[in-house]
Amino acid sequence: MTKDTKINVPIMADLAAKGENPEYLYWVGCAGAFDDRYQKVARAFSKILNHLGVSYAVLGKEESCTGDAAKRAGNEMLFQMQAMQNIETLNAYEVKKIICTCPHCYNTLKNEYPDLGGNYEVINYTVFLNEMIQSGKLKLENNPFKGETITYHDPCYLGRGNKIYEAPRNVVKAVFGEVKEMKRSRSFGLCCGAGGAQMFKEAEKGEKEVNIERTEEIIERKVDKVASACPFCMTMLTDGIKLKNKENELQNLDVAEIIERALEL
Amino acid sequence: MIKQFVFSLSLLITLAVFAWSVRRLWSFFRLTKPAYPIKNIAARISHTMNVAFGQSKIFRKPVIGFMHAIVFWGFLVITLGSIEIVVDGLTGSERSFVIIGWFYDFVIASGDVFALLIIAFIKIFLLRRMFMKIKRFSGVEMTPKANWDAQISLYFIGFLMVSLLAYNMGYVSNHPNGYDGVYPISATLVHLIGINFGWLQEPGWWIHILLIFCFANYLPYSKHFHVFLSIPNVFLANLAPLTKYPNLASITREVNLMLDPNAAYDDTIEVARFGVKDVQDVSWKNYMDSLSCTQCGRCTDVCPANITGKLLSPRKIFVDLRHRMNEIGPLAVNGKGDEKSLLRDYISEEELWACTTCNACAQECPIDISHPNLIMDMRRYLVMEEAVAPAGLNAMFANIENNGAPWQFSPEDRLKWTE
Repeated sequence: MTKDTKINVPIMADLAAKGENPEYLYWVGCAGAFDDRYQKVARAFSKILNHLGVSYAVLGKEESCTGDAAKRAGNEMLFQMQAMQNIETLNAYEVKKIICTCPHCYNTLKNEYPDLGGNYEVINYTVFLNEMIQSGKLKLENNPFKGETITYHDPCYLGRGNKIYEAPRNVVKAVFGEVKEMKRSRSFGLCCGAGGAQMFKEAEKGEKEVNIERTEEIIERKVDKVASACPFCMTMLTDGIKLKNKENELQNLDVAEIIERALEL
Repeated sequence: MIKQFVFSLSLLITLAVFAWSVRRLWSFFRLTKPAYPIKNIAARISHTMNVAFGQSKIFRKPVIGFMHAIVFWGFLVITLGSIEIVVDGLTGSERSFVIIGWFYDFVIASGDVFALLIIAFIKIFLLRRMFMKIKRFSGVEMTPKANWDAQISLYFIGFLMVSLLAYNMGYVSNHPNGYDGVYPISATLVHLIGINFGWLQEPGWWIHILLIFCFANYLPYSKHFHVFLSIPNVFLANLAPLTKYPNLASITREVNLMLDPNAAYDDTIEVARFGVKDVQDVSWKNYMDSLSCTQCGRCTDVCPANITGKLLSPRKIFVDLRHRMNEIGPLAVNGKGDEKSLLRDYISEEELWACTTCNACAQECPIDISHPNLIMDMRRYLVMEEAVAPAGLNAMFANIENNGAPWQFSPEDRLKWTE
């Protein structure tokens, strides 16, 4: 379980002052930095990196929003201002490899920064974790979820956007043994309702909220847990489960939290 | 000789009318803006083989997808036969392609079989439209006219196949001592029924080819234009990851100037306005998408906003684009305009703001239309030209501008999660 103690997270500026250049930059993202629920995921992932002895650092106060939400909401000017600022910071530290937990940050850094002069190897954390498991560097001996079932909700920007379907499933399977698929999964996956800057506005008038539609599908699958790999999906599904009064039967976990629990970090 | 003359004249009229339609559309295309450059031809060919000829996205709905694939593959084979008919008509010969040997037998035999299958499936498509309540065949954009268009296209295809079989049966009957080509269906029917169908050959031939001529000239005004455009549309598709939304070069120039006032102003980029307000602001690819769309509604069927009862229907965006071009295109070509625009008169702000950019629509579209990118292009106009956005988004913009995060937190607190 998450212990409420300070975790040791290396900061880029500190390492640079000592003349060190870590192999990876962990891009925490605004949700990892500020969202109460998703801070736990950032903590979980950092603990896993520490456990693996990975050479990494975070930008800390020098990190700024990638501009994804601004761009999808039509504010290209603000997006490019953010992008230019971040690229300047990243290039100053000669960053080569970036690991992202947030798929929106991942998509923006990977697909939209190169045209503006930001060229990095951008890695999604589920792909990173899957590689660590497959190569045997990350050993999972315990299953703290024995007897429990799980489904996986595909984040759009990971799945359809960047065709990452199997890596997060493999990570979940490494602990749970099986993923009980929903009808709408992989490229058929249903959105949580928060993408394209919906996270920051009221939904338009309709018969239902998108996250309720998705939560109902998860509940129908009769599982104990639902895994996701995106801060927005996390918020939307957590809200959906609460609204349906299912908090006791169904919990929402991030892929990194599953590994954290299995490693008893 | 008279047959040759009448045929040549009909062909000439067909080509002339078709050329007129193409010229009209071409003048509309000239009103649009450039799109991404078309590079990587090898990847495009393989993509086209997979998505268009292999029907890979059509098969995402396996049952109806299979029927569509059969109709499509049948059309490819039968089109080869149609070319022969044109050559026969012009030269006054019969089965002139027989010289290509076994391949001819193969094409003619499969065309004969496909014709029967297509008749069966077209009948199913018609019954399905009439009696099955398929949700994606409804919606505000599915006007009675759009429904008529669908039915007319289906009848055209159905009668094309009936006339082809009639011609084949007539031909088989007229050559009792051996004929060119192989006719698994027609020859069997002739033998089973046991009467002389010779009288069917000429009318079958004429009706078949004249229907093709009429259909060809109906298509540029129909949703069924996808018969011509879907394969090129797939070939010219955006091959980038679905969620890669291209950066706006005109903004990059502005941002560079802001960051470095001494930077040279790049005046090669022409900017009328930021984003899309009307059809003159869309790219030629957006317009081609709208002409290629056959309104199958698979996009709308998977749209989370639409599923939950919001106004947004991705299909409507492209139906509206085509309708608006039909309205303003003829005026704009002559340098005139009207008071309307694609935005607001056709597509409301409410529709645009309901999109989650989940790309389920683009993933599903059998001909690779990218709906979210056009929706975001229109948001760009709303935000950067008119500064109108839902309140929550304006707050988000302000937060990013002031604190570098979409929420109201100080950048000083960016490491609090570690404590």
